[in-house]
Amino acid sequence: MTATATSRLSHLADSPADLRTFLHGLPGVDKVGIEARAAALGTRSVKTTSKAQAIDLAIRMVDLTTLEGADTPGKVRALSAKALRPDPADPTCPPVAAVCVYPAMVPTAAAVLAGSGVHLASVATAFPSGQAPLEVKLADTRDAVAGGADEIDMVISRGAFLAGDYAKVFDEIVAVKEAAGPAHLKVILETGELATYDNVRRASWLAMLAGADFIKTSTGKVGVNATPPVTLLMLEAVRDFRERYGRQVGVKPAGGIRTTKDAIKYLVMINETCGDDWLSPDWFRFGASSLLNDLLMQRTKLTTGHYAGPDYFTLD
Amino acid sequence: MPKSSTSSRLAVRKTYKLYVAGKFPRSESGRTYLVDGDNVALASRKDARDAVVAARAAQPKWAGATAYNRGQVLYRIAEMLEARRGEFKALGVAGSEVDAAVDRWVWYAGWSDKIAQIAGGANPVAGPFFNISAPEPTGVVGVIAPETLLGLVSVIAPAVVTGNTVVVVASNPQAAITLAEVLATSDVPGGVVNVLTGRAAEIAPWLASHDDVNALDLSGVGDSELATELERAAAGTLKRVVRPVSGVDYSEDPGTGAMTALLEIKTVWHPKGF
Repeated sequence: MTATATSRLSHLADSPADLRTFLHGLPGVDKVGIEARAAALGTRSVKTTSKAQAIDLAIRMVDLTTLEGADTPGKVRALSAKALRPDPADPTCPPVAAVCVYPAMVPTAAAVLAGSGVHLASVATAFPSGQAPLEVKLADTRDAVAGGADEIDMVISRGAFLAGDYAKVFDEIVAVKEAAGPAHLKVILETGELATYDNVRRASWLAMLAGADFIKTSTGKVGVNATPPVTLLMLEAVRDFRERYGRQVGVKPAGGIRTTKDAIKYLVMINETCGDDWLSPDWFRFGASSLLNDLLMQRTKLTTGHYAGPDYFTLD
Repeated sequence: MPKSSTSSRLAVRKTYKLYVAGKFPRSESGRTYLVDGDNVALASRKDARDAVVAARAAQPKWAGATAYNRGQVLYRIAEMLEARRGEFKALGVAGSEVDAAVDRWVWYAGWSDKIAQIAGGANPVAGPFFNISAPEPTGVVGVIAPETLLGLVSVIAPAVVTGNTVVVVASNPQAAITLAEVLATSDVPGGVVNVLTGRAAEIAPWLASHDDVNALDLSGVGDSELATELERAAAGTLKRVVRPVSGVDYSEDPGTGAMTALLEIKTVWHPKGF
């Protein structure tokens, strides 16, 4: 099975026409169905001890992110310190999964996170637009890895994808994967710009075929970011991909997830779509910044028995 | 024999819902209770939580509005209350009490641009400094309101006129929600006043212990044991607590005490001379 799978993979890589045939041969997405399914999965009630577990798991899944032009070394250091110990008042609170910053800030964050077990992710490849020559993207990636990043969040060329040039997108992902070396590669599809669910499904498969370790919904820089239906669709894609090729790929919704309630809805969705295997920070991440504070407030509410206020948590 | 549809019309029965963030939602719990034959939403602790979020979100902008603007908004409330007096009469509120409630809004509206002079001012200091004290709103205030319409107005108005926002637990639901309808049509930004109807004993402890509530007004708590419990819970986050000693007569001149109780004084030193 694995041998056949590998040969089929390389076959797709060699022939743009076959890749196109494969991607367009994927079943179409039932828009109404997937939206209804995502909405139905959002109605579960998760309470008390289950909620406490869900909150701790969600905290462990957070990629604590700051991707602003105004990021300073001081802010990145503060954010990294928060990643290690999100709630300074409570040592039982777990650290987050990773810190996510621009390549220029990687050495700053690496100095704080070194040896802690908290991963360091860096966006690369001309984030967020991806509109740069391949050499620039590869240099961007190598810089980030050299600076200490062990996870790379790359963006695909939506322009090329939408123009139907799947081979170019495929080759870019392969090239970036090679440049990233040992670092985990997360491929950002920017679903808000892909226009249709069918395109999201195709882009997911394309990224996975090209070697992505994670597929990520969004940059957080466009109007529409992670939505439950899109994430559900991507979860189905990673589940089906593992069934077919035997390789497990992670999923990272990013942008617009701000509340504990939303986060728990995503956890329910993972469990119902992919099962336990993906319910771990190794296979599912939240790209978020303000979500962490809401998780901490809910956690505090559960441990103290009264409602927490934002004044008691750091701003970023 | 069934009545012909032309001779009578169906009664339009009103459900009294909560007033949170400028909207009239049902309780998140879905609960209602009957008060004098009317269906009234029975607020839960989660409604209180949502109301605090709404009040917090509205607070900076409301406090940042000019005192003149807040005064105009309060005066507008008086106008709208005057226009709706019939609805309060239908609920059994005496005409004289509606008059007094309207007058109270006008009275507090006038204070908006004057309270700073009463509660603050320039302080003489032994050095070459200007030393100025200015009152600022405390923030989000949880209010357990008295039963009467005049009492309700007399606890909401002094809190909001200075720039606080409030979460009110009302014990006379119909009058309180009718007042909320007045507020909703009076240019009061959504979230500045939030009204919850239900059992104070159930909701108030969550407001008292809430980290994001800055002050607690216990004017409407009759049970002294509950009041003590709430005071104790409020101490956990160093809230200001307003607890009237005994029965207050709201028809009397209220004085400035109700406003100043919910103000923080900021004092600024500035070098002078040279």
